[in-house]
Amino acid sequence: MTRISERFKSWEGLLLVLLVAVVAFNIIESPVYLGGQNFVNLFQLSIEKIMVALVMTFIIINGEIDLSVASMMGLSACVLATLWRLGQPMVLCILVALIVGLIGGAFNGFWISMAGLPSLAVTLATLIMYRGLALVLLEDKSIGQFPQWFNDLGQKALFGPLPLALVIFFVGFILALVILQYSGFGRYVYVIGNNRDVARYSGVRVQRVKMSIFIASGFIAALAGIFLAARLGAVRGSTAEGFELDIITMVLLGGVSIFGGTGTLFGVLLSILLVLNLRNGMGLLNISGNAQTGVIGALLILSVLVPNLAARVQAEWNRRRAASQPPAAVKQAVSAE
Amino acid sequence: MTNTLRRYLRPQQIRELSLLLLIIVVLIFFSTQIENYLSPRFFNRIASDVAIIAVVAVGETLVVLTRNVDLSVGSIVGVTAYFMGTYLGNNKDLNPALAVGMAIGLGAALGVINGALVAYGRVPAIITTLGTLAIYRAALVELSGAKTVVIDAMPKWVQDLPSQTFVSFGGLDVRPLMLTALIVVVLFQLVLSFTQFGRRLYAIGSNPEGARFAGLPTERVVFAAFVLCGALSGLGGFMFLARFGNITVVAAQGMELQVIAAVVVGGVNIFGGTGTMFGALLGAILINILQQSLIRMPQISQFWINALLGVLILAAVATDALILSRLRQLWARTSVQMTEGQAKRIASGK
Repeated sequence: MTRISERFKSWEGLLLVLLVAVVAFNIIESPVYLGGQNFVNLFQLSIEKIMVALVMTFIIINGEIDLSVASMMGLSACVLATLWRLGQPMVLCILVALIVGLIGGAFNGFWISMAGLPSLAVTLATLIMYRGLALVLLEDKSIGQFPQWFNDLGQKALFGPLPLALVIFFVGFILALVILQYSGFGRYVYVIGNNRDVARYSGVRVQRVKMSIFIASGFIAALAGIFLAARLGAVRGSTAEGFELDIITMVLLGGVSIFGGTGTLFGVLLSILLVLNLRNGMGLLNISGNAQTGVIGALLILSVLVPNLAARVQAEWNRRRAASQPPAAVKQAVSAE
Repeated sequence: MTNTLRRYLRPQQIRELSLLLLIIVVLIFFSTQIENYLSPRFFNRIASDVAIIAVVAVGETLVVLTRNVDLSVGSIVGVTAYFMGTYLGNNKDLNPALAVGMAIGLGAALGVINGALVAYGRVPAIITTLGTLAIYRAALVELSGAKTVVIDAMPKWVQDLPSQTFVSFGGLDVRPLMLTALIVVVLFQLVLSFTQFGRRLYAIGSNPEGARFAGLPTERVVFAAFVLCGALSGLGGFMFLARFGNITVVAAQGMELQVIAAVVVGGVNIFGGTGTMFGALLGAILINILQQSLIRMPQISQFWINALLGVLILAAVATDALILSRLRQLWARTSVQMTEGQAKRIASGK
């Protein structure tokens, strides 16, 4: 147990070192980096992804995955835009988009927790399904010209220098931290992720916990989709396509095990900062968005590969040390001869 | 009698027969909705499109059978189509066999990366291929400089390939792409049924731990499955180039979803261990018929296709998990416990 916690301490330490290196690079490359406004911009450009990353942390620690979040973001944005074009008041559009998120999350949750299907297959299907519905709504059109106050939600600073989405992220982070690391529900999330059967036999309501997390995931994804619509000022059928790559990368890079049961929100926060700063730095180097996505993909693989290799080297090291020091019984046998 | 029936009509075959039935129902339905629906032209178009998906789906099936998944196939198809297009544009007198071989080799090389990471690096397949999906596509966009491959720059034999006809049965043409797909499907079905490698794929997929304890070289087999999947995607990429001719850097983007849909709808269990190449082919045919038919239905938006694909995948996974697994258990149990007489009595309802 202690060894695991030590490994994760050192994983977070590694992230911190990387983060310092990337930030140092950014500071050297760009004189405006240290300004408060740049800090806000840094978050602002990926704010929707990092919101969803918080709830994705719960899902992956729970031993599941939700590949449909980006499609859900797109679907909620498209629902909002379609209703707005039909002349509904914006507040109603937002409400309906959020409800769509709840329903979409519950739909995932039903098949995963009640029917017991693998989340990988279910959310791969709904990734296609929700994106398909978004395309049905908007076809190849683009809808914009939202009311000014709505666009301001995504673009303007509302609290001092901070836009609303950023405030929601920080409040959400603290909330998620309390729930995951200091509440009974959070313990259940870990226990189920560690061993689903043991959790069930110990009386944990596995189905209910899984259901609530997937509903939360759908809801947060829908909320993020609304903020994305507000920030971009226009919505298309392909809005938020491919965002799941960044989101899952942020969570796994933060030291959350893809097999469930381990990981902390602090690690995820560190990896969010790392990914944001890395994208910023690559932008400073004029690396195109496409190549940046490639780098994120490599980061995703490395975030699982490196701990795997480290564990194997450690095991090999232990084995050799054990082999070079024969156990006491063997020593006795040898000396008796 | 019932025993023979039982031997030849296992749950997997019931699954595939019902899929065949579904295809026929879909064809009948659309032919009542669309005028001149069942024409030779329609057949030829579907055959060419299915051919590409089917070849890649065969590769994907190899991987899915081992309880893994390859999301990077769309990117591999795009990369090989683009690079072979560029290369053939610059070297028009390249030997056709060599060109196809190069495409397969390029695909296999990308498959080696996937396979090494999954089998030896122990990175879960979903993570590995989600990453390489992005990496391969990013590499393509960066290295290509966003230029487009055009059909006119291709050598003549590539331009003629998709429309060449070997034999024609009343307008239903047998063309190279379709023939390639059929050969690939049959060949790999034989590999699955009759070779040690094929049986090992099933063994690893049904129980990875058990297969390891039984001494199977699971790592090598999974690695080989990914390499073959890459190679077949490479072949698919070459077919894509021949079929469409004009290749941009976003070629075949999202194709992985169609391929996985074909495989899963075709009865290959996403949790490994069961499925056949014929099933995957049927899945590809069903999906393509739906796609092509929706385009021709003016009253329904063609954009419904993706939503429909999602529903199909979910339905397929749900039937596998909830109905077929029970059917399989029943089959396994009854075939052990029952004598022929008992089975007969049950079958006749007494």
